[in-house]
Amino acid sequence: MGEENKVMLHGNWSSPFVKIVHLALTLKGVPFEYVEEDLENKSPQLLKFNPVHKKVPVLVHNGKPIVESLIITEYIDETWKNSPQFLPEDPYKRAKVRFWSNFVQQQLFGSIFTIIKTEGEAQEKAIKEVSEKLQLLEEELKEFFPDGSCSIDSENVGLLDLVFCSLFGPQKVEEEVLGLKILDPGKTPLLCSRVTAINQLSLVKELTPPRDKLVAFLKFIRENALKSASG
Amino acid sequence: MEEVKLLGTWASPFSYRVLWALKHKAIKYEYVEEDIFNKSELLLRCNPIHKKIPVLIHGGKPIAESIVILEYIEEIWPENPLLPQDPYERTMARFWIKFGEDKGPIFFNFFHTVGEEQVKATEEAKELLKIIEEYGLGEKEFFGGDKIGLTDIVYGWIACWLDAFAEAAGVKLLEADSFPQLQAWADRFKEVPLIKDNLPNHDKMLTYFKSRREKIIASATS
Repeated sequence: MGEENKVMLHGNWSSPFVKIVHLALTLKGVPFEYVEEDLENKSPQLLKFNPVHKKVPVLVHNGKPIVESLIITEYIDETWKNSPQFLPEDPYKRAKVRFWSNFVQQQLFGSIFTIIKTEGEAQEKAIKEVSEKLQLLEEELKEFFPDGSCSIDSENVGLLDLVFCSLFGPQKVEEEVLGLKILDPGKTPLLCSRVTAINQLSLVKELTPPRDKLVAFLKFIRENALKSASG
Repeated sequence: MEEVKLLGTWASPFSYRVLWALKHKAIKYEYVEEDIFNKSELLLRCNPIHKKIPVLIHGGKPIAESIVILEYIEEIWPENPLLPQDPYERTMARFWIKFGEDKGPIFFNFFHTVGEEQVKATEEAKELLKIIEEYGLGEKEFFGGDKIGLTDIVYGWIACWLDAFAEAAGVKLLEADSFPQLQAWADRFKEVPLIKDNLPNHDKMLTYFKSRREKIIASATS
């Protein structure tokens, strides 16, 4: 395709942040070229497009780079106005979606990675933090979905759904690697049913990497982290 | 128009961001000074997650987190816009706003640390200032271009609070010869009438930050 309206996504298969953007583009039906980056050997284009953070994802639209997954997703929503609309029309609801998306990305992501990378007391502390935060999320979801409904299709996926999907997609993978459940339907039934519903969408299934690959990857991260903590 | 209330504190740059945005758009609001050591029922009810100011209450509905509040204000009252109309420029503004937010805690480490740790934290803070100056501001007069925008408002703490924090902590940060563009921006920003007429008293701030710093040193060395 020509330079005009050309869309490229620089990403890496293992990144939950890339997954948000990849899903957003796919759901909107935006044609784009995907460039898989080797995070140990980043391309000159990536470093040129994201000199501040040097990270994926980077969206390049008409030659102009945009970074940070939530910011990219808002840009996609504003630029391609067809459904699904990731952010609601109503400004107050938009504020809530932004608040909770930030909360999940900033607070939950960090704590979940801590669970993956630690053991013993440090891990227990992180597990407790995650559990408390998930409870807060569950309470908020009750307000978002007062009738408890959970039907999701490719026309009504929202930003929060994308964020959940990026974090809880490989849910059972984390259970296999850690031997514990992060999401518990007994404690957060609405959140769990929302996550299950999103992960059933065929577009999402297509973008989820093979289970074995994810398990091996998480095990690798965990082993490395534990080794450098003790070594 | 529905009632607008702002819960804030007199010394907080986060509080002032929202205040500046409201005044820029000539929105009538009621200001409520919170005591962060004795938070009101209203604050705890309106921001149960973080229990922090600022909180905007519009028509009885609370919004927390200064950046979320600013985007809300911009959408509800689009006159005198603070974000660019062009989607790409708007996105770049959001990037720099987020950068400032994400790095905030790291940035202020110099105030909360002593000794070797403080030396390291001060160096890290200077590196952040360098990135903001080189990539964020560049050759522009303001982050928003030829007049102030939301990014300038969010970085207002560099122009109006950083000196007091640094002096209280006994470090030097934003020096004109190390950060000429950023210093020039700070001088211009402080002269903008909206900002000049709406700033906390500098001496009062310095006294307050000094007493906070003394407590930090006391608990670090005890």
